[in-house]
Amino acid sequence: MADEPKLPHQPAVPGDTPAKSPVAEGGGTTSSPSAPVKSAEVGQPKAAASEGGAQPPTPVAPAKPPAAAAPPKPPAPPKPPVKAEPWTSPLLDEIKKKFPGAVVEAVTFRNQPTINLLKESLVAICEFLKSEEGGAYRYLADETAVDYPKREKRFEVFYVLYSFKANHRLRLRVAVGDDEKLPSVVSVWPAANWLEREVFDMFGIAYDGHPDLRRILLPDEWVGHPLRKDYDILRQDAAWVKANLHIESGQ
Amino acid sequence: MSQTTYLDADELVLNMGPQHPATHGVLRVKLKLDGERVMGTECIIGYLHRGVEKIAENRTYLQFAPYVDRMDYVAAVTNGMGYCEAVEKLLGVELPPRAQFTRMILAELQRIASHLLWLGTHALDLGAMTPVFYTFREREEILKIFENYCGARLTTHAFRIGGLQYDLYDGFEKEVLKFCESFPGRVDEYETLLTTNRIWMERTKNVGVLKAEDAIALAVSGPVLRGSGVNWDIRKALPYEAYDQVEFEVPLGQNGDTYDRYIVRVKEMRQSVRIIRQCVERIAPGPIFGKVGKVIKPPVAEVYHSIEAPKGELGYLVVSDGTTHPYRVRVRPPSFVNLQALDIMSRGHLVADIVAIIGTIDIVLGEVDR
Repeated sequence: MADEPKLPHQPAVPGDTPAKSPVAEGGGTTSSPSAPVKSAEVGQPKAAASEGGAQPPTPVAPAKPPAAAAPPKPPAPPKPPVKAEPWTSPLLDEIKKKFPGAVVEAVTFRNQPTINLLKESLVAICEFLKSEEGGAYRYLADETAVDYPKREKRFEVFYVLYSFKANHRLRLRVAVGDDEKLPSVVSVWPAANWLEREVFDMFGIAYDGHPDLRRILLPDEWVGHPLRKDYDILRQDAAWVKANLHIESGQ
Repeated sequence: MSQTTYLDADELVLNMGPQHPATHGVLRVKLKLDGERVMGTECIIGYLHRGVEKIAENRTYLQFAPYVDRMDYVAAVTNGMGYCEAVEKLLGVELPPRAQFTRMILAELQRIASHLLWLGTHALDLGAMTPVFYTFREREEILKIFENYCGARLTTHAFRIGGLQYDLYDGFEKEVLKFCESFPGRVDEYETLLTTNRIWMERTKNVGVLKAEDAIALAVSGPVLRGSGVNWDIRKALPYEAYDQVEFEVPLGQNGDTYDRYIVRVKEMRQSVRIIRQCVERIAPGPIFGKVGKVIKPPVAEVYHSIEAPKGELGYLVVSDGTTHPYRVRVRPPSFVNLQALDIMSRGHLVADIVAIIGTIDIVLGEVDR
């Protein structure tokens, strides 16, 4: 882990691509703007106070607003970094050289590097990463998405790669809008088949080039995508439930 | 279109499940058959979908912890361990050694328990009635240890973010060592029943072959991957807890068939005993909790952390927005990803072998569907 002090953080990542602004909006590993990170860490004394401080030894009742002075960051003496830092590696340089403009940002947090990519060059970069000179990331451990409704491109799709050769994990992140199609990586890693079906099922992200894009966990006729943030936890497809289960509530 | 009748059809579509004793839950498989041969399969899953990932977004980090036990409900300890570790990683918390070794002991016991359940039911599926009684006998001993430790047998919720909820009870080490003493002999007994059994070998050898490159391409993990000869165990490759301080071997198969996966799992149980013995030796009095605040409020970031669960790579992607509730928790279930290999493994085999192949993947539908 890097030992860089956390606040005077320079936006060193090349911001030559326009899709950088949504990243800063909060939620993901923001690296360039220090302001939102700072506010989340120390700038919320109200929330911190109302739930008790981070001092286990004091036997004060946990819900006492004035007793909590310290912000609830981990009070360990070797303070772990609380935000992502820019990531550099020969592999990243190689990608940047081969695919100019495709890398939006590369950060690392807790020794876990993440590369933000533009979706246009996703498949080509994935193929490169899978090849021997690209680090032989032959194992797609996971693919999933996160919904940020306020962003311009609301979804972020994650790819968790692993290389047996380098014994290294790498995450890719691609922003995709609500009405956009994401290129499928099934041609690169067949494992993505069901994973992408699940993302489609849960988030409604459509894939281009997927061999069999259907819902996987929910019934085919279900309306709505439950893991979107605007899908309430109690919501359901009432019409489907009524038609198929012959009950009103689903409970 | 000519009118097809099933009598002269070349292909017959047969539905298996969701209510079928050999599908280990509510798995439904559509089989495309040519006579008795399987031409292709299609899994229909989701019957047990409970929206665990959605629930996570509406709970605090602590409140969500019991839910993960309900995914792989026959290996709740490892599920909880993966989740706790992911959040600890997000927070940057280091565990004291006593907590680490306790976790490893319980996790390895859980691995044995999970493999025992698998072995018993898998053998039962293939017509060997006897092993299930023996494996459940030993599994019961492990569940008793869990019960003594935390009061629950299956959905244990044994760990808390930052350490353990309970310290070990008096006599824990003795009980665990007693189990370690008797268990290898018991494994010998299972092997006497199965390993060189003609019927067992006929039913499992060259059935459900998964080549190493297919296994990697389909991202299967755990014993299924190692049965195909790929030497990858997360405990070795990317050690968590204190797995880098204990010695153990990673058993491998050669042909990637059902028999090899059986051998891998049996050997894994022996290695687990080895790990438990070393952990019991090293466990020393000390704190059981790392430095975690009462309110868990991780920095704005995300981590992906995965552990070697009994069924394979169990990963958690935890995204934090700086509040007390996770912004998103993604569970990478080993069973779900491994089940994808069913199609490639079952093509060309007989219908009866499908039962063997479903069994050998070792799925738990609670985890497939979440």
